[in-house]
Amino acid sequence: MAVSAVNAMHRLPDLSRVPVVDEVGVNERVARFQTRSIKSASKIEALKLILSMIDLTTLEGQDTPGKVRQLCQKAIHLHDSMPGLPHVAAVCVYPTMVGIAREALQGRDINIASVATGFPSGQAPLSVKLEETRLAVESGANEIDMVISRGAFLAGNYQLVFDEIMAIKEACGDAHLKVILETGELGTLDRVRRASVLAMHAGADFIKTSTGKIQPAATMQVTLVMLQAIRDYFYETGRMVGMKPAGGISQSKLAVHYLVMLRETLGNAWMTPEWFRFGASSLANDVLMQLQKQATGVYQSADYFSKD
Amino acid sequence: MAAKSKRVPVAKTYKIYIDGKFPRTESGRYFALEDKKGAVIANVCRGSRKDFRNAVVAARKAQPGWAKASAYLRGQILYRIAEMLEGRREQFVAELRAQGVANRAAEKEVDTSIDRLIYFAGWADKYQQIFSAVNPVSSSHFNFSVLEPTGVVSVLAPDDSGLIGLVSNIAPAIVGGNSCVVLASESMPLCAVSFAEVLHASDVPGGVVNILTGFRSELTEQFASHMDVNAVVYCDADKKTAAAIQVAAADNIKRVISRVRIRWPDASAQHPYLIRDTQEVKTTWHPIGV
Amino acid sequence: MAIPENKLAFGDGWQYSPAPESIDHIKVRKKYDLFIGGDFVAPVKGRYFETINPATEERLSRVGLGTELDVDKAVAAARKAYSSWSRMKAAERGKYVYRIARILQERAREFAAIESLDGGKPIRESRDVDIPLAAAHFFYYAGWADKLDYAFPGRTARPLGVAGQIIPWNFPLLMAAWKIAPALACGNTVVLKPAETTPLTAMKLAEVVADAGLPPGVVNIVTGAGDTGAAIVNHPGVDKIAFTGSTAVGRIIQKALAGTNKRYTLELGGKAANIIFADAAIDQAVEGIVNGIFFNQGHVCCAGSRLLVQESVADQVIQKLKDRMDTLIVGDPLDKNTDIGAINSAAQLETIESYLAIGEEEGAELYQSACPVPDRGYWCRPTLFTGVSQSNRVVQEEIFGPVLAIQTFRTFSEALSKANNTRYGLSGGVWTDKGAKIFKITQNVRAGVVWANTFNKFDPTSPFGGYKESGVGREGGLHGLDAYLKLEA
Repeated sequence: MAVSAVNAMHRLPDLSRVPVVDEVGVNERVARFQTRSIKSASKIEALKLILSMIDLTTLEGQDTPGKVRQLCQKAIHLHDSMPGLPHVAAVCVYPTMVGIAREALQGRDINIASVATGFPSGQAPLSVKLEETRLAVESGANEIDMVISRGAFLAGNYQLVFDEIMAIKEACGDAHLKVILETGELGTLDRVRRASVLAMHAGADFIKTSTGKIQPAATMQVTLVMLQAIRDYFYETGRMVGMKPAGGISQSKLAVHYLVMLRETLGNAWMTPEWFRFGASSLANDVLMQLQKQATGVYQSADYFSKD
Repeated sequence: MAAKSKRVPVAKTYKIYIDGKFPRTESGRYFALEDKKGAVIANVCRGSRKDFRNAVVAARKAQPGWAKASAYLRGQILYRIAEMLEGRREQFVAELRAQGVANRAAEKEVDTSIDRLIYFAGWADKYQQIFSAVNPVSSSHFNFSVLEPTGVVSVLAPDDSGLIGLVSNIAPAIVGGNSCVVLASESMPLCAVSFAEVLHASDVPGGVVNILTGFRSELTEQFASHMDVNAVVYCDADKKTAAAIQVAAADNIKRVISRVRIRWPDASAQHPYLIRDTQEVKTTWHPIGV
Repeated sequence: MAIPENKLAFGDGWQYSPAPESIDHIKVRKKYDLFIGGDFVAPVKGRYFETINPATEERLSRVGLGTELDVDKAVAAARKAYSSWSRMKAAERGKYVYRIARILQERAREFAAIESLDGGKPIRESRDVDIPLAAAHFFYYAGWADKLDYAFPGRTARPLGVAGQIIPWNFPLLMAAWKIAPALACGNTVVLKPAETTPLTAMKLAEVVADAGLPPGVVNIVTGAGDTGAAIVNHPGVDKIAFTGSTAVGRIIQKALAGTNKRYTLELGGKAANIIFADAAIDQAVEGIVNGIFFNQGHVCCAGSRLLVQESVADQVIQKLKDRMDTLIVGDPLDKNTDIGAINSAAQLETIESYLAIGEEEGAELYQSACPVPDRGYWCRPTLFTGVSQSNRVVQEEIFGPVLAIQTFRTFSEALSKANNTRYGLSGGVWTDKGAKIFKITQNVRAGVVWANTFNKFDPTSPFGGYKESGVGREGGLHGLDAYLKLEA
């Protein structure tokens, strides 16, 4: 494994120097974002932006080619009766489903994200994780959502976690790497911040909160801490890293609050699907309902929006 | 062969007490204290503004360290003062008598003073528990209010009492961690000077209590106006003087504590609210989180 | 961390559309009389003054200009009401105060809108802070009315009589609540004078007092300016003065009260140090700095107007602070997204601007966020001064605006010594992750309120007030009762 060549560039930073996080202060800041009142034109703009940032996701044991094809159709045809809608950023599936998605999305400007590395637990040997990653990329994934080894992280074995990310990054080739911290298992915001720093220094293109399999999944609190870590990393290196909260964001109002938080923490450069994603399965329809409501002034019913 | 002569007693020089030392007033002035028949009992220092200024400097310097001493230690030191006073009981009785107090009354005053010191000594590690609070705020914060000494306190001790009034005003100030500068009774100043000697022998750090003797008319305004004094206590000012004290005190928003018409020997003159008079309430907030 | 050169951009892209609070439901009369003896009565001399909206410079209403004659009537009404109010069964007295709390909660939205209209503060603050806290204050003290025997061990608590209360323009309704609630709960009656630039919510409070059915004269509100306040201070029928405002005026009041037996509490100015240690939770500290100085346009006596930041993190903290300032929205106080509203008055804006000039003359470097401000009204962008020292006026004097003076320090003792090197002692802040250090600094900062890893938090149960020239006495909590009681053996 040719990790050593990259090693010269990437070194595990001293995590004891990562700024500490005060939970109550984070809660207060988050509450403040939630007091922003997003109305009329800015709301419509936000809702469309949210749609364009969605990684439409299915990650179930019961996933079948049929299910994945339907999901891809939804990605392409969000709500055809409404003109001028963007498409989602990506579909996110298991590696075995990448080929199916690739076929279904042929010729579409929609990325294919694959989870990898023994998702969701990450409890697999590195060789298996690497093989799985390569397979997913070969099958057509241009984005890889890996999980970190939380057990190793919690045990203080940061070097192992760091080396794994670097190795996976290399295995990704040109595919973008999103590193899932599984913040619900890290326990404290301090650890979230440290894991973020570790992942970015190891080469993550995105950092992502959760697998969606563990509660709590994404929260505004952990996302804020991760955004602040991204900001500090940008200050320090000039490299932009993307952010993906995933799991538990199904209401457009909440998604708008995430955008407010993004805007006021990282600024406008991050306000594109290239740098921010929502990992979600049911958010899109809620956003569509809100857009319809904005257009018609009438409150909507879920029965009028396709569920795939 | 010389006639058998009576031993000549050694008279005491009454000095002031600043920064744990017994200087004469820098002014070199004195006033003669006379008994009822007009005989001179002692020449007493006529303390000056500069003496007061020096005393405030000493008090300011001593105050933080004294405030940081443990409550237990402050209590023990006050107790020690009582012990020392008990040991010199006869001297104080004699001084009070010399200044015109009847024998029984003088004995009672000294005894009460000793007991009052014990009383306040006992409060040292308790008043905080009575007057502090944990405040149940609505947000995720731990919030508590505690007392802290106001700082440097100037005390115009009651004129009509040679000892008990003095003790009753010094003890609550210092038990709470303040330092003080005291102007002794003008008409009965002797016990104040002797009390300074008691303090000096009682492990009270220098500067924590400073005692001046002198004229009210010369020093009251200084006691009230000094910008580095945080609180002024007065006990028997007439209305006009009290008003002058209050006006001068406002220059630095000094706390003004009026203790007029208090019968110092009475049990009603000892309570922890006297300690609280020269305390500030400090409230601290801290988040509760992970 | 290296000095960041990689600047974030907040100016362009997605913007928040205007989100104005609707004000069609609020009622502001064209004219307000004085509230004396339970009735709205015209001032004896028939004079009125204007109160304007500082965001538009438009007149909102005309308000009675109380003179000595009116104060005299108000004190007489309060005196008359005192005998029955003070003897009323305490639990019943408490129920009246509870009623005020409840009505304020019911009418919160209306009060919030009027507070923002009259004073210029953002609706987010009047809605989320001022009005709810005012209601909570009444609710808290209402419950004390029949429990005073438990508050002061060994003493019997008795009311003082008629309390004259003079309040500032920065938290108009909240300060009225801080004054009136404990006074009433303790059995006193009051004559309150609101600030001349922000009288409206006090007059609305008068409506609430009437609606709550309080006996006439228990609460009297006399609007006016400094002379009206002086008439209250000097009135022989007043037993206690409670004042919140500048140290300069507080000093005048303390002198004016000399030789009287009137009790007083003074809540005066401040120049609080907010100390950031290198081991702090930096991002939350930055937020705390912002809340410390830009809350309510910096019109806050306990504002964290001096930032003391440890040198090793100073560049980082200042960079983050500037980026955060760029996200602050200055403008229409009624817009729900506004962070910083209008400066309360033309006079205050002039004061602030004079300090901006002084700071620059003193050689400090000025930084202001780039946000646009409206054409009309009184506005000041959030402002930093760097490169200042203890000897500068912008470090020593209370500016009472959104202006932060930043100094650096190297050691703990240097920070503490700078923090305490001031005539004031109202509040202080400290940010560090080390518990022992928190206690060391909170014990040694000479101030009445110390916020550790937080700032500008208020609660009815939490005593508030200053050391040194920041005032005498406490408001809030158990300790706030003291101001309205005499304790007898």
